[in-house]
Amino acid sequence: MSRERYEMVVGLEVHVQLKTRTKAFCGCSTDFGAPPNVNTCPVCLALPGALPVLNERAVELATRAALGLGCKVNPVSIFARKNYFYPDLPKGYQISQFDQPLATGGSVAIGKNEAGADVQIGITRLHMEEDAGKSIHDRYPGATAIDLNRAGVPLIEIVSEPDLRTSADAGAYLRTVKQILQYLDVSDVSMEEGSLRVDANISVRPPGQTKLGTKTEVKNMNSFSAVERALEAEFERQCALLDSGGRVEQQTLLWDGARETVRPSRTKEGSHDYRYFPEPDLLPLKQDEKWIGDARSHLPELPDARKKRLVQEFGISPVEVEQLTATPALAEYFEAVARVSGDGKAAYNWVMGEVLAALRASSGDITHFRIRPADLAQLLNLVRDATISHTAAKRVFALMVETGKLPAQVAADEGLLQVGDEDAIATWVDEVLREHPEEGTRYLAGEKKLQGVLVGFVMKKSKGRADPKRVNQLLSARGG
Amino acid sequence: MSVESFGKLGAAAIASSVRAGDASRSDMIRASFERAREIGAGPDGLNIYLHSDEQASLEEADAIQKRLDSATDVGVLAGVPVAIKDNIASLGLPTTCGSKILAGYVSPFEATAITRLRASGALIVAKTNMDEFAMGSSTENSAYGPTRNPHDVRCVPGGSSGGSAAAVAAGITPIALGSETGGSVRQPAAFCGVVGVKPTYGRVSRYGLVAFASSLDQIGVLGRTVDDAALGLETIAGFDKMDSTSSDVDVPIYRLSALGGLPPDKRGPEGVAMESIRIGRTSVPIPPPPSASTLEGVVIGRPKEYFPDSLDASIRDLCERSLDRFRSMGATIRDISLPRSPLAIPVYYILAPAEASSNLARFDGVRYGLRVDPGKGLKAMYEATRSQGFGPEVTRRVLLGTYVLSAGYYDAYYKKAQAVRTLIGDDFRSVFSSGVNAIFTPTTPTTAFHVGAISDPYEMYLNDIFTVTANLAGVPAMSVPIGRVRRLPVGGQIITAHFDEYTMFRVAYALEASLGAEAHQ
Repeated sequence: MSRERYEMVVGLEVHVQLKTRTKAFCGCSTDFGAPPNVNTCPVCLALPGALPVLNERAVELATRAALGLGCKVNPVSIFARKNYFYPDLPKGYQISQFDQPLATGGSVAIGKNEAGADVQIGITRLHMEEDAGKSIHDRYPGATAIDLNRAGVPLIEIVSEPDLRTSADAGAYLRTVKQILQYLDVSDVSMEEGSLRVDANISVRPPGQTKLGTKTEVKNMNSFSAVERALEAEFERQCALLDSGGRVEQQTLLWDGARETVRPSRTKEGSHDYRYFPEPDLLPLKQDEKWIGDARSHLPELPDARKKRLVQEFGISPVEVEQLTATPALAEYFEAVARVSGDGKAAYNWVMGEVLAALRASSGDITHFRIRPADLAQLLNLVRDATISHTAAKRVFALMVETGKLPAQVAADEGLLQVGDEDAIATWVDEVLREHPEEGTRYLAGEKKLQGVLVGFVMKKSKGRADPKRVNQLLSARGG
Repeated sequence: MSVESFGKLGAAAIASSVRAGDASRSDMIRASFERAREIGAGPDGLNIYLHSDEQASLEEADAIQKRLDSATDVGVLAGVPVAIKDNIASLGLPTTCGSKILAGYVSPFEATAITRLRASGALIVAKTNMDEFAMGSSTENSAYGPTRNPHDVRCVPGGSSGGSAAAVAAGITPIALGSETGGSVRQPAAFCGVVGVKPTYGRVSRYGLVAFASSLDQIGVLGRTVDDAALGLETIAGFDKMDSTSSDVDVPIYRLSALGGLPPDKRGPEGVAMESIRIGRTSVPIPPPPSASTLEGVVIGRPKEYFPDSLDASIRDLCERSLDRFRSMGATIRDISLPRSPLAIPVYYILAPAEASSNLARFDGVRYGLRVDPGKGLKAMYEATRSQGFGPEVTRRVLLGTYVLSAGYYDAYYKKAQAVRTLIGDDFRSVFSSGVNAIFTPTTPTTAFHVGAISDPYEMYLNDIFTVTANLAGVPAMSVPIGRVRRLPVGGQIITAHFDEYTMFRVAYALEASLGAEAHQ
């Protein structure tokens, strides 16, 4: 197997669209899905005489991302022009950063190794740049259509060190980075909408060799699992090449998801000379210590910190907390329910059970879920106070999803409030004993195991409203 | 008002008479176009204008007149006709940069400088001829034919702002906007016997100026007199959030400098209301008659590198005469050195083409302007469009710029040139920090040459040998007429420290007043 003779070496370039209202260098909207070329102006159309003006919000978000990924934010970074001709690149150059990027030297932990130590993946650099427009080749026969709505949208590019050794690690790295960016609230990180894109650099070498092999760049993956599959395919291709005495050629490859294979890109990336030089229309970006310090102190809580805190605060297990913190929205929902109800365990059970099931059924997402955390907490409290039974609570929950009403209201309307009143329960018990003379007689004669059956009859008769504890007590008293 | 007298009126005088109701805005427009016809400014004559529309200008003037008839604040430049170099984006008239690639292109937005001119009451009458994309020193590189010098139609007007300089020299407008990357306002000003100002880099917004070399480009002003240029610059100067490289530095009232002293503070001289001076409603003549104390306390540097042995003796003599006048007005003349100046031309011809190669990439036939599509795919369309759209000088510089930015050459050319550029700036900084207030040099090594006389590009580049250093250093500089040699105008150059246009104007006002009619003899 190639896996024993060769080691996979992977570095990833992740392009992330920053969540700004307007573009990086003009006031145009960044809305996704507008009609073609509507979100454009002289600046992003590159009309003669137009000049870029840096969007301060984009710098804020990029800085936040850099700090969240453990990078050092450079006090001075320089925008540079990356020159190449393409119809969807209106200026004939992309404003990017080259030898003085916004931030350098970060790292993220993607899990534990066999020894239980964190597996750290280094981040070489994080820089700001603008997106190009979109070329649409299949809309009009014989012509290419250009949509410049996306031209000038602010991006960050996160370049990892070649620290990844397996496709699974690559997937874990991507999920970790995505989760961190979600927690930082800097991007929608949606591969479907193009707000997160991944290119992979991959080479192979015999285990133990420190020198890197010749790498190829793989593009055109539309999901994290596609990245993993593309890496596997390219790994096998490179190994087979070397095994047959061939050499890996430095080139750009495109992942073909339908054929589960990579194929060479038509554009010769290697032959590009981008003629980078400092962008004279923009001043060097200066961020002083204080600004960076402020940004650092305003960072939202990151996934690892939140996990630790939730375990400590609410007594849930490390496995449970992983599920709860998958997205910041879910974690927030859980935390609100747990905090208001004061019962982390119950909150976990309800959120991971009923709440997720309801969301799945309606293909909804937690940020728009009909039941607010405080209301769910109230429902949990009704169960804890024995105001309603657990069975009744599930029915109440369903009705809350349906109607949006408060739990106490639903329980009252549906007559599901638990009855703790001795007289009422005693009447139901008497009736059950009368209606089921055989079981009643045997129970009263000492056949204790029948108590459960009788409790069931009482619960049924009360339509779930009888407090089972009281029913048991009462039956025990009679039987005793 | 006769056409003849209009041609001699300064901007301040025109604005005063419009404000006073002695003349209407359309009178001024009519006079300007009348003058243009008389002098033969059309394509068959001096070829000064690329685009103008007399009827539209008259209608606009009438509309403004009606709207402002009862208004009190109608602007410093009320009713002043202004011509604009064709690389500054304007609404209404096309913006073609003297290039075929932008033939017929009309900008949907307007340059900040033009917006400010309009806000001050100025009337835009025309777009003027220029070397294609401002690359050239003679206006011969225009795709629409060369402009001729009004002083001698056999001669070039200089360039690249040749049309704007000629319009002012011919008395068609008292003020015109030009642009500089390496002397393109000052050199034509010198050739045409008018005043040309290149402000500090960052003083005037570049928004709407079609980029040639962004780190050097600056909109400048051509005026018949120092006063015209001062009023023009004051109007367009100041911070603009649309240009990140524009500076937020207070703009003093440059007219005050004519009265001597050093007050860029907000007060005018005793007994004169500042606002009166600003709008020219004052009994104080601008500039006042020179006296032995006009330039008292001013130290003027004479850099030896700008007076080489090879300098034309007549031009040298005129410069010396100006220096004598400075002395007689109380200034101290000091011999100085700007040792890195001889490196300026090579540095400029690395940096400017490098930036140009990138700035001109947008002219690709995809979104606007010329598209030539042989139907053989994208690359062929790019090649055909750009080969046919750009003239030989633009093509030369794009190629040169692409070369110096290429992998393997970047460090040797671009990076080294940037380092030398810094040293050239250091030369100026050290002179100005040693107590020198202004530097005086000839603007050009020669007077205007004949159309077609210079065919060697490098020889053409040497026209800018005395002017290009100010662009590289970013300092303000201007050319004022200091006399004539064989009937052709000669310009003297005044350079001051960053954002000290005030002192520059003070020296210029004084020199102009002192030379009087001799400046044009």
